[in-house]
Amino acid sequence: MASTAKTLYEKIWNAHVVERRDDGTCLIWIDRHLVHEVTSPQAFEALRVAGRKVRRPDLTLAVPDHNLPTTARRDSAGLRIPIADPESAQQLAALERNAPEFGIRLIGDADAEQGIVHVVGPEQGFSLPGATIVCGDSHTACHGGLGALAFGIGTSEVEHVLATQTLLLKQSKTMEVRVEGDLGPGVTAKDVVLYICGVLGASGGTGYVIEYTGSAIRGLSVEGRLTVSNMAIEHGARAGLIAPDDKTIAYVEGRPYAPKGADWDKAVAWWRSLATDAGARYDRVVIIDAADIQPTVTWGTSPEDTGAIGGVVPDPASFADPSKQEAAQKSLAYMGLTAGQKLSEVEVQNVFIGSCTNSRIEDMRAAAAVVKGRQKAANVRWAIVVPGSGLVKAQAEAEGLDKIFIAAGIEWREPGCSACLAMNPDKVPAGERCASTSNRNFVGRQGPGARTHLVSPAMAAAAAVTGKLTDVRELIG
Amino acid sequence: MTPIRHVAGTAIPFGRKNVDTDVIIPAHWLKTITRTGLGRGAFETIRAEPGNIFDDPAYTGAQILIAGDNFGCGSSREHAAWALLDMGITCVLAPSFSDIFSGNAFKNGILTVCLPQDAIDRLMEVAKDHPIDIDLETQTVTTPFQDRFTFDIDPFRKACLLDGLDEVGLTLARDAAIRKHEAKISADLPFLAQAG
Repeated sequence: MASTAKTLYEKIWNAHVVERRDDGTCLIWIDRHLVHEVTSPQAFEALRVAGRKVRRPDLTLAVPDHNLPTTARRDSAGLRIPIADPESAQQLAALERNAPEFGIRLIGDADAEQGIVHVVGPEQGFSLPGATIVCGDSHTACHGGLGALAFGIGTSEVEHVLATQTLLLKQSKTMEVRVEGDLGPGVTAKDVVLYICGVLGASGGTGYVIEYTGSAIRGLSVEGRLTVSNMAIEHGARAGLIAPDDKTIAYVEGRPYAPKGADWDKAVAWWRSLATDAGARYDRVVIIDAADIQPTVTWGTSPEDTGAIGGVVPDPASFADPSKQEAAQKSLAYMGLTAGQKLSEVEVQNVFIGSCTNSRIEDMRAAAAVVKGRQKAANVRWAIVVPGSGLVKAQAEAEGLDKIFIAAGIEWREPGCSACLAMNPDKVPAGERCASTSNRNFVGRQGPGARTHLVSPAMAAAAAVTGKLTDVRELIG
Repeated sequence: MTPIRHVAGTAIPFGRKNVDTDVIIPAHWLKTITRTGLGRGAFETIRAEPGNIFDDPAYTGAQILIAGDNFGCGSSREHAAWALLDMGITCVLAPSFSDIFSGNAFKNGILTVCLPQDAIDRLMEVAKDHPIDIDLETQTVTTPFQDRFTFDIDPFRKACLLDGLDEVGLTLARDAAIRKHEAKISADLPFLAQAG
C-alpha cells in the first residue's frame, strides 16, 4: 500500500497543481515571480506583440541587478550618472519601461531596497515559505532556504508565467542531503554547500529537488540556509529546500510584503505543517558528517572541484573517470596550478565579497570580523565588498562595518550582482586570481581568463589580509 | 507562433557535429532586448570564414538547415533559437538535438526533425543542388528523387506546431481551471494569494 507520508516537496507541489495531464505533466500555479533586466526584455516584447497582459502583476516584482555598476548611481545633485556600456544601459532602460507599462512594481536602481533579486525577495518578505517562486535566473534556488519551491526558468517560461501565472512542469525526483553533527569553528554555510558540491558532483542532483536536512542544517541561521539552497543548482538540482521552522517564521515576520493579522496566523499554521512526514520516502538519501567539513576552497573550473584549505591541488591522474582526468588537467592549466601544490600557498590578486550566495548582513559581519584591525595585503590589487541590497548596505553602515573595510583598504560598493558574472564593469583581469564568495568558478565567469576560487566570506576576508588562500581559523584563533 | 505544416525549398547542407549554442549565437549578443535581429550574429564565427556555406548565394533564403549530431548543445540560451528564426530557418534536420535546444526551438515554432545518419547523409547530398520537402502532417521528408524518410514527433508538439499554438496560448485556453485554482488558493492560502 502506498504511504500517505509526504515530503516537503510533495506537499508544496500538491498544493499548487492546477491540472494534471495524461502524460503526467502538471500545470503549476506560481505564487511569486521575480524579474530582472537580462532575461525579461524578450518576454515583455512577446506579450506586447501578442496583445497579452500580465495576469497577476501584483504577484510580480521587478528589480534590476545584473548590469548595474556598483559605483555611485546618482551625482551630488541627485541626477543619474550615465551607464558607460550602452547595451547594459539599454537593458536597464527596458526594465524601467516594461514594469510600469505592464503594471508591475519596480524597485529602481537608486531605491534603498534595490539589490540582487535573490537577496531582495526574502528581505522584503515577498518570498515566503511554501510558495512557488520563479525567476529567469538559475540561482532562484536560493529562496528554497525559506522552504519555498524556487527555481530558475528560461525566457519563454518567463513569458508564460507573466501571461498565465502558471508553468507546465513534470514532478522531480526527491533527494535528501542530511548533514548531521556540529560544524567546527570557522566552518560556515558556504563551506557546507561547497562540500556538498564536492560530494555530489556538478550534475549529481540533476533531475532532483534536494531537501537539506539534519542538525547542522537546522543549526544554520536563515541567511545561512539561503546560502546553501542558492547553490543547489551547482550540483545540478533545479531547486533546494529547507523545512521552515521557528527561525524561518521569526525571519519572515514583520517584513514589508509578509502576511499580517489573521493571514499571518493562518500562514504560520500551514508552514508548520509542511515539514516532511516521518516515514516519507526520498528517491535518494546522502548522509554527511558535519565533522568532515573544513573551511573549503575550489581549485578548478567547476563547483565540484573542492578541497579543504589544509589540502593540496589534486593530481588529475587520481580521478577514476578518464573524462574527469581530462577535465581536471584542463582546469589546472587554466587555473595556473600544479598537482600537489598546497592550497594555502596560492596567492590571490583580487577579492570579491558579494553575490546572491553571500552578500547578506551576516556575510558582511563575518568578513568584517576577520578584517578588523588588519590591512589588505600588498599583493592584493583589488578587493571589493558588494552588499546584496541597499538595506544590507545601510545596516552594515549603521554597525560601522563599512569603516572596517575601508580602513583596511577594501572598497565598499553599491548593491548588485557585480563580479559574480562580470556583466557590469566589475571584472577580474585575465590570468589573475580572485578569492570570491560567489557561486561559479567557470572559465571566464568573472572576466575573460579570470581564475576564480570559491570561498566563504570569512575565508575571502582572510585572503584579502594575507594575500593568499588562508585557513581563516589561523586568524580567528 | 506561426503554424508550420509544410516546408519546402532550399536547404543548407551544413552537417557539422556538436554545434553548441555559442557557435549558433556568441555570448556578446546576449545583451539584446529583442528576439529579433539576432540573425546578424547567427554563426558569426563561421561566417567570418571566406567561402562559408551560410553566405553562399546558392542557399540564400533557405528555411531548412541540415545539421550533424548533437545540434544545439551547451548553454541553454534561448537566443540560439531566436537567431535561427531571425535568419529565416524554420526547420532543422539532424541525427540528434540537445534537449534544451529542441525545447527552445519548439517554443519558438521551429520544427526539429531527427533522422538516422544515413538519411541525413543522403539529404546533404541532395540539398547541394535540389530542394527538400518536409511535411509535418504525414511526418515525412521527401526529395525530387523519390527519397522518402519518416520521422517521429511528440503528438503534443506536433499539434502545437500544426496549429501555431504556443504554450502560452494553450495555457490561456485553460483559463477556467486556472481561475478555479486561484479561487481555491485565495480561500485556503490567502497569504500566498496576494503579496503584501
